[in-house]
Amino acid sequence: MVVFDKPHSLNEMSMHYCPGCTHGIIHRLVAEVMDELGIEGRTIGVAPVGCSVMAYNYFNCDMIEAAHGRAPAVATGVKRADPENHVVFTYQGDGDLASIGMAETVHAAARNENITVIFVNNAIYGMTGGQMAPTSLPGQVTQTSPYGRDVNHCGYPIKVCEMLSQLDGPEYLERVTVNSVKAVRNAKKAIKKAFQNQLDGKGFSLVEVVSSCPTNWGLTPQQALKWIDEKMIPYYPLGVYKDRSAGEDK
Amino acid sequence: MADKVLMKGNEAIAEAAIIAGCRHYFGYPITPQTEIAAYMAKKMPKIGGAFLQAESEIAAINMVYGVAAAGRRVMTSSSSPGISLKSEGLSYMAGSDLPALVVNVQRGGPGLGGIQPSQSDYFQATRGSGHGDYHMIVLAPASVQEMAELTVKGFELADTYRMTSMILADGTMGQMMEPVSLEFDVKPAPEKPWATVGTKLQRKHNIVNSLSLVPEELEQLNFERYEKYNYIKENEAMYEEYLMDDAEYAIAAFGIASRVAKNAVNEARKQGIKVGMIRPITLWPFPVAPFKKAADKVKAIISVELSMGQMIEDVRLATECKVPVTLCNRVGGMIVSPEQVLEAIKEVAENGGAK
Repeated sequence: MVVFDKPHSLNEMSMHYCPGCTHGIIHRLVAEVMDELGIEGRTIGVAPVGCSVMAYNYFNCDMIEAAHGRAPAVATGVKRADPENHVVFTYQGDGDLASIGMAETVHAAARNENITVIFVNNAIYGMTGGQMAPTSLPGQVTQTSPYGRDVNHCGYPIKVCEMLSQLDGPEYLERVTVNSVKAVRNAKKAIKKAFQNQLDGKGFSLVEVVSSCPTNWGLTPQQALKWIDEKMIPYYPLGVYKDRSAGEDK
Repeated sequence: MADKVLMKGNEAIAEAAIIAGCRHYFGYPITPQTEIAAYMAKKMPKIGGAFLQAESEIAAINMVYGVAAAGRRVMTSSSSPGISLKSEGLSYMAGSDLPALVVNVQRGGPGLGGIQPSQSDYFQATRGSGHGDYHMIVLAPASVQEMAELTVKGFELADTYRMTSMILADGTMGQMMEPVSLEFDVKPAPEKPWATVGTKLQRKHNIVNSLSLVPEELEQLNFERYEKYNYIKENEAMYEEYLMDDAEYAIAAFGIASRVAKNAVNEARKQGIKVGMIRPITLWPFPVAPFKKAADKVKAIISVELSMGQMIEDVRLATECKVPVTLCNRVGGMIVSPEQVLEAIKEVAENGGAK
């Protein structure tokens, strides 16, 4: 009896992510959810520009690589090409979703576009080597904030779930993390709900996954997971920020 | 004879797109092409299509990208400043070999410019518009009838070659009304086995992508794309020749400028000057053949443009500078008059073609 296997929705490519990076966990969760909902064959994923740019290689479903920040607009097109049959998700980092692609994010949410958004927030631009992100914490040292993020000079981080929760449009917004077994289980529940909402026609569902970047944080993988608890979660509290249909079913 | 209806150029484009099987339109308001969006907003919901006003030109072209990736006929339209914004997406579409139709109803520039007609996006349209080595098929209608015909043709060419087709019109073409026949034999879209529509668990996953990190592979992709472009250059150039058989002088003009120039050619003929006109219908591929032929028999060519002289460069390249090519132009939303073109013809005729 097989007790643990690779999800069918992930293929055999070996991932390029750094040791200790949590992208691998999040990819796996998305793939497990596709398997469990039996939607791999009709899912189209939209990859971002950033560390997960090559997500199109790893998922077994049809994939599209979008321009930087434009994934929600591309997803809007794919979804509307065949709303009955296409299941569409975007997989985006913080620079992609909350900086260059903020307009696309906000308007897809405002339209309650019936797509699923997986938002990986690790508070840094990873692929380009560790620059300040729209979600970098006050005081956080990065390549482009070498003396620490000075909020008087370059402003404050953007809390995406809180901000989007002010809109009437979106169906479901939840922030989770993946730095412990319990957290991973919870994250999977949220991701599954975000896909199920789409299947039920409920609309825009975004799961923000507070993630780690040991390489660019200058920490060991273990220290990085701890840093999530100590620094990230106090600024980005976990929880459900919007769930319009909560309590409607069952 | 098919029934004709009186339509604005912009509306003719929209209706022809629907006839061509386009059921997805995304756009952002900008003068002077907004009638296209308004027409689509009215029609699409009634025929099971999707009209969506995007949050920006950038979002609109990326929605187009998504529908094109899913293998459906799709379009957007805009005017000059909006096309600049779409150019990022146009480059990505070229890199991903996605077919779509994009309409540019040009206005004067640069910058915010004006809202009156112009042809000053010729370089932008024929040289790609975004970054990287690529081309779009660029179609230049000179009547409302052609606005419709070239829209249908644009979708067909886009699908045949997996490229963007651009209708390069201008504010006059968009706004003016003419009788138009809307009976077309539309070539249905070909099979698109590359489209991202879900694997149905029946095949390996499809990837629509323009990223290629291995230089040797990216070089090869560029080579292959240019082989396709060369084939298109050989086979798809379209043009109209007007009174060129015995012409001693030639006008080069497209779109609205060609309409004005035709009047000047007729008047010059009355006055005994043997002048004809070559009207490119495809701006890319540029119709080199008629210009090459003309270079061996005419004494001079006048490029009539609503720009500071953009197509003139292609005319000089096509004629290999064998004959002098002069410019007759207005810009900034001003339009050349038949009198101005006639004067330009007389001037070169008096000099016997010499500069």
